[in-house]
Order: sequence, then structure tokens, then C-alpha cells
Amino acid sequence: MDASYLLISTLNGLSVGLLLFMLASGLTLIFSMMGVLNFAHASFYMVGAYVAYSITQAVGFWWGLLLAPPLVGLMGAAFERFALRKVHKFGHVPELLITFGLSYIILELVQLIWGRQALDFRPPESLQGPLFTIVQLPAGMQLAWGSPPPMCREVAEAICTTFPAFRAFGMGVAVAMLIAVWLLLTRTRIGLVIQAALTHPEAVESLGHNVPRVFMGVFGGGTALAALAGVIGGALRVTEPSMALAVGAVVFAVIVIGGMGSLAGAFVASVGLGIIESFAVGSDRSIADALRFLGMTVNEQTFGYAVWSVKTSQIAAILPYLLLVLILIFRPKGLFGTREG
Amino acid sequence: MALQFKRRLFGATVAATALLSSGLVFAQAGQTVKIAFMDPLSGPFAVVGQNQLKSWQFMAEHFNKKNAAGVKFEVVGFDNKASPQESLNTLKAAIDQGIRYVVQGNGSGAAAAISDAVTKHNERNPGQEVVFLNYAAVDPALTNERCSFWHFRLDADTTMKMEALTSYMKDQPSIKSVYLINQNYAHGQQVARFFKEGIQRKRPDVKIAGEDLHPLGQVKDFAPFIAKIKASGADTVVTGNWGPDMTLLIKAANDAGLKAGWYLYYGGVSGTPTALANWQGGPVRQVSIIHNGLKSIQDIQNEYKKRFNDDWYTGQTYNGLALLAGAMAQAKSTNPVAVAKAMSGLKVQGFNGEIEMRRLDHQLQQPVIISEWRKATPQVPYSVENTGFNFQEVRTLPSFVASTPTSCQMKRPS
Repeated sequence: MDASYLLISTLNGLSVGLLLFMLASGLTLIFSMMGVLNFAHASFYMVGAYVAYSITQAVGFWWGLLLAPPLVGLMGAAFERFALRKVHKFGHVPELLITFGLSYIILELVQLIWGRQALDFRPPESLQGPLFTIVQLPAGMQLAWGSPPPMCREVAEAICTTFPAFRAFGMGVAVAMLIAVWLLLTRTRIGLVIQAALTHPEAVESLGHNVPRVFMGVFGGGTALAALAGVIGGALRVTEPSMALAVGAVVFAVIVIGGMGSLAGAFVASVGLGIIESFAVGSDRSIADALRFLGMTVNEQTFGYAVWSVKTSQIAAILPYLLLVLILIFRPKGLFGTREG
Repeated sequence: MALQFKRRLFGATVAATALLSSGLVFAQAGQTVKIAFMDPLSGPFAVVGQNQLKSWQFMAEHFNKKNAAGVKFEVVGFDNKASPQESLNTLKAAIDQGIRYVVQGNGSGAAAAISDAVTKHNERNPGQEVVFLNYAAVDPALTNERCSFWHFRLDADTTMKMEALTSYMKDQPSIKSVYLINQNYAHGQQVARFFKEGIQRKRPDVKIAGEDLHPLGQVKDFAPFIAKIKASGADTVVTGNWGPDMTLLIKAANDAGLKAGWYLYYGGVSGTPTALANWQGGPVRQVSIIHNGLKSIQDIQNEYKKRFNDDWYTGQTYNGLALLAGAMAQAKSTNPVAVAKAMSGLKVQGFNGEIEMRRLDHQLQQPVIISEWRKATPQVPYSVENTGFNFQEVRTLPSFVASTPTSCQMKRPS
């Protein structure tokens, strides 16, 4: 395991984690406000990607990145105003069910409008190349900006790994968003009202603030964040109807592990999961190896060898859920959560 | 309900007509043969299924102009969502609609489920038999330990492809260390297994630098896998991946600047050529039964591109209908039992020369081709996915060389 592998795996893990965080932050915000898990959150992520694709086809990627999140945010706000608010008085279960139903409606609508196939949604021309190249030489490691330097072709021992510019851009957007949301919540009057409405809605209302409108704004803002993640995720990976399903479950794992309603928890959990997964894929160790390390003899005759010999890389995809179960057992409120259950 | 009832009734009429007419000479001419196509038309693999449904329908049109039996083919699409379980539902729906011919290809798991279900159905419902043409699932088990009289495979199976691939790689001294990355299900596991077996026999000096099995259609970011391949120092990657799993893998490899050479099964399948368009790494070679320079397919692929702005890469659609038409002409009937009996051991002219449906195990005997991803030339001008590149032949192994033994003990209807 050399230095360039460590570096590139960390970067890959960070980029996946930050993308997850963009999604999880909106979900956790909405949850902390309304006490409702929005099952349609990942669907708004998908709609963000599709809307951005259509705008990109018409006027270019940058407009897509700029316009898709507010557009989808408006959709989210409208959904809150005309559907969610109506069932609010019946309690949390109907609210949960209505978002669950919405996720199915969105999926069918997306397939009706854009078809069932994957779309060719790509990063803009200017962000398609590599941002930098990691050159691993026997003597040590070097970094070079842009495309691989000539040394990669000339020196036989040089192992060059490029890091795509769009991946870095996505990370930058996530970090910028994190700072912006944090500043908004802690340093502005709006943030003050939102935070107060979280814990003491009646008091805030009696001070003359329109609390339902604050809720609508937060719901719209949360879905806009999901859509922003969708624009980056759609262009980085694939834009297809199953993209919501692919991230939906992981995002729930993230906010449960991080602690429901905790922005800091969502950040730590998503980045942590991204890095764990990135390194788990790269590891061929198994439980059998660990047992051997402890001095036990493990071979084909050992009871349950098929289970002990499963490589970490093979279970990388289920690790988030394994963590989810462990957290629920040992620390039900999550890493940074404040409320039980 | 009413609609379903009508459909069933209609199906029964068709089946009855087929039965009644089977005794008459040339009674099959002019009849319509319905074929149920079941493959993913939604979900991550939809792009592949949609293309292949169009390919079957396009080929049906082609054969409806002229074919040995004088029948009309009609291909009806069913969405099996690439799942074995869902395939059983679509199979039942197709049978209920009176369709007696089934084609499927994407996923050996689904193919095995259909093959088993068809065999059971035929045992329990004499007079309503169904014939299954598997056009792309290449798990060798389907024509070995799990073989069935009612299952016919049109693609070359993994034993044949790996025999051809390792014979070719044997002569490439630059290959020293190979990385295997495959989808974690029957097909991917067999690719890894037969590659290791073949290369050990032919080039024991080649090192297996690493081996990965990843979940089918779930991985959206292959960057960690590519980092691992890079760290292993492999000079060549072998993979049986298909659809988005292949496209995203190639995309990640290109993004990370992986220089290794690639040996693939499915480089030409929808989406992958576009990802290969600005390929910076080593040579990309494919083992399959088709390449873009074949004289016999020029008109077909050009016409398909003109009509759908898409690529016709599933040569099995041609061979499948050629076999069906040949068997119907020989049986003088469209009755599935008679057609299956005629097809077992049948020789016809395919797009890739004379092909034979081996009687022993129903594995089509045909040449296997190694081709390389290169810039289009005046000799091979076709542009795959409008990239300006295509797959050009580097070696063809004739049928008798590509053929591999079978352990199939087939139970034939009396």
C-alpha cells in the first residue's frame, strides 16, 4: 500500500462522502424542523439531475447548476404548502406516508418525461480533464497540475494517477454549501428564527413570525440542497431513474449514524462512510486473516469458512448498513444526536 | 379483466390454429409467429434491453421480407427488470397471451430461471410447449449440468470465449500480470474461473495481480476499484462486465489515467463505446462473435443506425431468426415441439458463416472473434455511437477450434 494509493483513496472517499453530505444535510434539516423523515428526499435529488440536464441541453451546464436547485426548491416548497401541511394535523405517520407516496409519483413522472434510459449528462467541457496528477516514483511522490507530465511516458517506473477536475469541483461545491448553510443558521436573523422555531414554535409565532412559512422555506431549502447534490451526482455518475434508489437508503443510514437532526453528525457520518467504503473496496483482508493473525488455524475445513473468508472488498457495499445496525444497538441517538430514538 | 380474458382467448385460438395446421404441408407459410422478448426495459440496464428489443424487432422486419419458412415474426417486449424472479412473472404473462417462443439474454441468473421454468411448464402442459432462445447469457452451466432440451444458446458461452481469449493472450508476451474484475453473479464468477483455468494452462507465467467481484448494477463509482487495480501494478484487466457496469468502469479508468490494456466481453454494448471514445490507456480488445468489419453485416448496421441513430451489435438476433425460420421450414410447422426438434442439430447460414445448433447441448457452434477498438478506416468505416471508432478484427477462431466439450445429459421429448 503506497502513498499515492492512500492519497487517491482518501480523495475518492472524500468526494463520495461530500456528495452524500449535500444530500444528508437537507434531509436532516427537514427532520429537525418538522420531525418528519422525508422519504422523497432522494427523489428530489434525482429531479435535480434531470432538470439540470434539460437546462444544460438548452443553455449550458452552468445555468443548469444555477437554476435547477431553486426550481426544485420551489417544487419542494409547493409540496409542503399544498400537501404536507394539510396532513400535518393528523400526526407524523400520515406525513411520512405522503412523502413515501410522493417518491413513487416522482419516479413515474421522471420516467414519463425523460424516459427509462440513462441520459448522457456530462460535466462541462472545461471540467472534463484531470485537475492534477499524482506521480509515484521509487524515490517518492510528486504532484503535477493538469494532465500527466511527460515523465509518465518517459520513465518506466512512474505510476501516474489523475484526479478528475469535476470530482474536485463537486467537493468544492459541497464545502461551500456547508459553510453557507452554517453561516445562514448561526449568523443571520433568518437562522435565528429557524432555530427558535425548531424548539419553541409557539413562542416564535407569538412574536409575530409566520412559522408555517418558515417550515415551507426550510422544506424548500432542503430540497434545493438535494437538487444541488443531484446536479453534481448526475453529471459525475449516471443520470437514470434508479439513481434515487441508489442513494436513498445510504442517506438514511448517514443521518441515523450521525444523529437525527444534527448537521455536524451528518457531515462526520457521510465523510466517514465515504472513506470507509473507499478503503474497504481496496482491501482483500477477511475475518479468516484476522483469526490467523491471532494465531488460530483457519482453512477450508473450519466451520463456516465460506463466511470467514469473505473479503472486505466484497462487503464494502453493506458496511453502511452494518454500521447503522450497530449504532442503533449501542447509541440509538447517533454520534452527535441529542434526542433518543 | 375483460381485456386479459380476451387476450387469453386469442392466445388459445392461435395455439389451436398452430396445432391444427401442423399436419398440413407448408401450412406454416403466412402464419404469424409471436416471440416474447424479456429483458430489462427499465432500471440501470434499460439502455441495453431497449436497444436489443429494437434489434429483435428490426431483424423480424428484415426476415419478414423473406425467410425460409415464409412465416411472419412479431416480437413483443416484456420488462423483466433483469431479475430472475420478475422473469418468471413475465414468462407466465407471455404464456397466458399464447406466445410460444421466448428470447432473453441479459443475465445468466434470469436465463437459468427461465430455462428451468420453461422445462417444468413443458412437462406439465403437453400441447402448450414453449421454446427458449437464450441470446446472450453465457454461463456454461446452462449447456452443461443445467442443460435443457428447450433451451437454445445463440451466443458463444464463457468456456468458448475464454478458450479463444487465452489462446490469443498466450501470444502477447507483454502481458505479465492480469487483474480480474467482474460482476458478482453466475456470469462474472464463471468468467474469473475459466480465465484463471485457461491462462494457467497456456501461460503459467502470467500472474493474477488481483481479483474483484462487485455487486451487479449497484456500483455507481468505480474509482476505488481503479485505485486498487493501479496499486496492484497489473498491466492487463480482464472483465466480463456489461452495460453501465462496463461503462462506469471504463469511465473511472480513463479519469484516473489507468494505462493497462483491457480484454472485455462487452465493449460494444450501449453506452460503453461513448466512454471509450477518448480512451487514453492501453489496447482494448473484445472477445465476441461479431466485429464491425464483417462484410455480411454492413447493410444491417448502417440501416439500423439510419433508422434509430443507435447501433446494432447483437448479431444473435440475426442468427436466432435464421435458425427459427430454418427449423420451421424443415418442420413445415410453427408448432414449438416440432420446431425445437428440427432446430436441435440444425445447420443454417448465419451472419458469421455456417452455424450449427449442436444437438448434444444446444450450444450454437460458431466462430469466436477477437477484435480491437481502433479508429475507423476506409476498409472498416462504421462509426460506433458516432465516436469515429469501431471494433476491428485481430483474430478469428473458426467454429471447430472455438468448440468446447459439454457434460450435458439432455432429456429429449419422445
